[in-house]
Amino acid sequence: MHYEFDAVVVGAGGAGLSAALELARQVGQTHRIAVLSKLYPVRSHTGAAQGGIGAALGNVEEDHWEWHAFDTVKGSDYLADQDAVEIMCREAIECVYDLEHYGLPFSRLEDGRIAQRRFGGHTRNYGEGPVHRSCYAADRTGHMILQTMYQQCLKHDVKFFDEFHVLDLIIHQGRCAGVVAYEIATGRLHTFHAKAVLFATGGFGRMYKVTSNALALTGDGVAIAFRRGIPLEDMEFFQFHPTGIYRLGILITEGARGEGGILRNNDGERFMERYAPTIKDLAPRDMVSRAIYWEIRNGRGINGKDYVHLDLTHLGREIIETRLPDITDFVRTYLGIDPVKEPIPVTPTAHYAMGGIPTDVDGRVVTDASNTPLPGFYAAGECACVSVHGANRLGTNSLLDILVFGRRAARHMAQYIQQVDMPAMPDDPEQWSRQTIARLMEGDGGERHGQIRAELQSLMMDNVSVFRTEETLKTALEGLAGLKERYGRVTVQDKGRRFNTDLLEAIELGNLLELAEVTTFAARQRTESRGGHYREDYPNRDDQNWLKHSLVSRGEDGGLVWDSKPVVITRFQPQERKY
Amino acid sequence: MQVRVRIRRYDPAQDQRPRYQEYVVDAEPEDRLLDVLNRIKWEIDGTLTFRRSCAHGVCGSDAMLINGVNRLACKVLVRDLGSTITVEPLRGFPVVKDLVVDMTGFFKAYRAVKPWLINDETPPPTERLQSPSERERFDDTTKCILCASCTTSCPSFWSNPEYIGPAAIVNAHRFIFDSRDRGAAERLDVLNSREGVWRCRTIFNCTDACPRGIEVTRAIQDVKRLLLTERV
Ligand SMILES: Cc1cc2nc3c(=O)[nH]c(=O)nc-3n(C[C@H](O)[C@H](O)[C@H](O)COP(=O)(O)OP(=O)(O)OC[C@H]3O[C@@H](n4cnc5c(N)ncnc54)[C@H](O)[C@@H]3O)c2cc1C
Ligand code: FES
Repeated sequence: MHYEFDAVVVGAGGAGLSAALELARQVGQTHRIAVLSKLYPVRSHTGAAQGGIGAALGNVEEDHWEWHAFDTVKGSDYLADQDAVEIMCREAIECVYDLEHYGLPFSRLEDGRIAQRRFGGHTRNYGEGPVHRSCYAADRTGHMILQTMYQQCLKHDVKFFDEFHVLDLIIHQGRCAGVVAYEIATGRLHTFHAKAVLFATGGFGRMYKVTSNALALTGDGVAIAFRRGIPLEDMEFFQFHPTGIYRLGILITEGARGEGGILRNNDGERFMERYAPTIKDLAPRDMVSRAIYWEIRNGRGINGKDYVHLDLTHLGREIIETRLPDITDFVRTYLGIDPVKEPIPVTPTAHYAMGGIPTDVDGRVVTDASNTPLPGFYAAGECACVSVHGANRLGTNSLLDILVFGRRAARHMAQYIQQVDMPAMPDDPEQWSRQTIARLMEGDGGERHGQIRAELQSLMMDNVSVFRTEETLKTALEGLAGLKERYGRVTVQDKGRRFNTDLLEAIELGNLLELAEVTTFAARQRTESRGGHYREDYPNRDDQNWLKHSLVSRGEDGGLVWDSKPVVITRFQPQERKY
Repeated sequence: MQVRVRIRRYDPAQDQRPRYQEYVVDAEPEDRLLDVLNRIKWEIDGTLTFRRSCAHGVCGSDAMLINGVNRLACKVLVRDLGSTITVEPLRGFPVVKDLVVDMTGFFKAYRAVKPWLINDETPPPTERLQSPSERERFDDTTKCILCASCTTSCPSFWSNPEYIGPAAIVNAHRFIFDSRDRGAAERLDVLNSREGVWRCRTIFNCTDACPRGIEVTRAIQDVKRLLLTERV
């Protein structure tokens, strides 16, 4: 089918729904808006977010958005663009009140105001000590945000195309002209011709073996944009959250430490006191993840094994079961352990992509070092890089990012679609998609995507995770070249048209391979350590040479090309990062 | 250990009728059933079809009939299922393929109860106040992940697919008992209709089926009681 819309939103997590709602409110009566999502909207991974959304409401103690901005910049190891950070932290407050007005069931203080808890890296008065800034709904904040935003979209009659998997972006004569989507139920290809397209397709933690990310988080939007010539920004920065359930990677929110939980090594020692004397267990994630691995390397893992303990036992049943009910349930279900009585085995888990599709503060995708926008193409949420998280994101700042910048992108789109005509279309917009499907369905190369995915995930986990060196990165690049070559010979077994998830998983693997290559390449280029990117062979931050964003694109010859752009600094000059 | 997994397979585009297919696979006792299904799909038979995403019981994708009861495949462990595991699609919805069912009717019922906050009063510049006890009143029903385990375990729903079903009632409850909501009357009209709460026979299957531990039957009783006391 050929559809025509004024604006198409791809993705229905927090970022996509926030944009869709704003579009519906602003231009829904006069313009045609559609949301395409490969999952039913309520299945999006925003629903898995636990701990909270950051905003300096000051409900529990004094707080200011400027303090929040400072923490975000310091947390980012000074790589975040400070103009964007200021916007986010200032708009955070209104954003949280809006959520409340939409009906979000926040946990409450005795006086009826929104409850707030402590979170990693969030401090009072520019680093003096932890502050209560995370607004939460028990430990299911993301679930409530996703539901509330979806409910508001239903109320505003937003048009959804559920289980439509976007395969390609249409760019023609210098403008974005729409997307190509595969209808999962029928196997049909559809062209969505549109004046403006927003990508809000989420992250790509599934390139790693141990991850908190959903199986669906395969970086489709990022890979599609990259394939269509958009350079990717800061891809070397991938966050490992310190507390994933051992082996499974399922997240235990930082809120658990915000409520007073403590990390302990085999000696029972609260080891974070040594690494971050001021805020201890609430140090930013990059630091805590490294500390855990150093403990393990030094033989202080539990019983000599590769994990440490997250101890909540001193908090008491009441706090644990009322403020952290879901993680309590996870630990009981998957480990058979009662966190009220026993410590939880944890290790770092691949969690969040700081890098992604470069945008400006209005969500416009920019295509080069001088920030030239591609007219009609927008991105927001985890797939985008504004950049508000720089080299390391603080907890609670992603839920904030997706809502603030999803909405800002929509406001810009609403203006834009009123000013322009429908863009011209290329002759055969579905060509790439059709050929890709045909190759995977009809080929006979004998390779299985399941096998290649497993190898990819191990390769990335072993070589491109918390610690990196020239050697591991080289190993990874060589391994990836081999996997990509084999990927060219993948054939799916399911030859049917109906709900062919075999085919879609094969396509998703192609996206993961692409992004793994970019991540590894960018990591190899950056010969310093900053935030989530830690080079054992270059252990220091090097502002002289490296206070800049990376941009990686694919050159004419098929190789990767590295470029950079400056960091925007407004009020916080880079300092040494100590906690 | 080895497990034998019997799966009800059906592709209406190709098959005359459903059939059961057996796979024998290695599994750890701590594996989720979803891990086992993925292993079958990735290593043995790519045509096996099911929905999944989060893999830890929060997205609601993979509700299915497992050894005769509705469960999320990602929230049951092999050690609790025995060495022969039977997996079938949820009952009461048309099968799209294998374990994937058509959820159109389910989401239609959800929409019918107007699942959004109804309140036209101008909000204050900051948050509306709500006490912890007012918040507690509807906490249980905010947990719903719309997986359809409850609705498709309900005999009243099997015999009458027009019945709005427990999940929609749970989501109506979430708003009716929210101190900030003003839409109770509109919602109660829907729930008081022929296909509304009165179809519930208090069988408790829904409560047993809920992977989030929501006391579904009790929520339905709350709504019935409200209809009896406030509106007759
Ligand atoms: C376990 C966990 C806990 C977290 N806790 C917190 C927290 O407490 N606070 C915080 O701030 N952050 C938290 N985060 C991070 C935060 O939740 C995510 O970064 C954020 O929700 C991402 O939102 P999104 O809208 O960008 O993407 P998602 O919610 O992942 O949505 C992506 C959407 O894109 C769609 N999509 C993807 N590919 C395609 C395609 N090819 N075609 C069509 N549609 C497509 C999907 O269907 C989905 O609707 C957490 C993350 C995890 C994993
Ligand atoms: S996969 Fe999300 S609930 Fe099971």
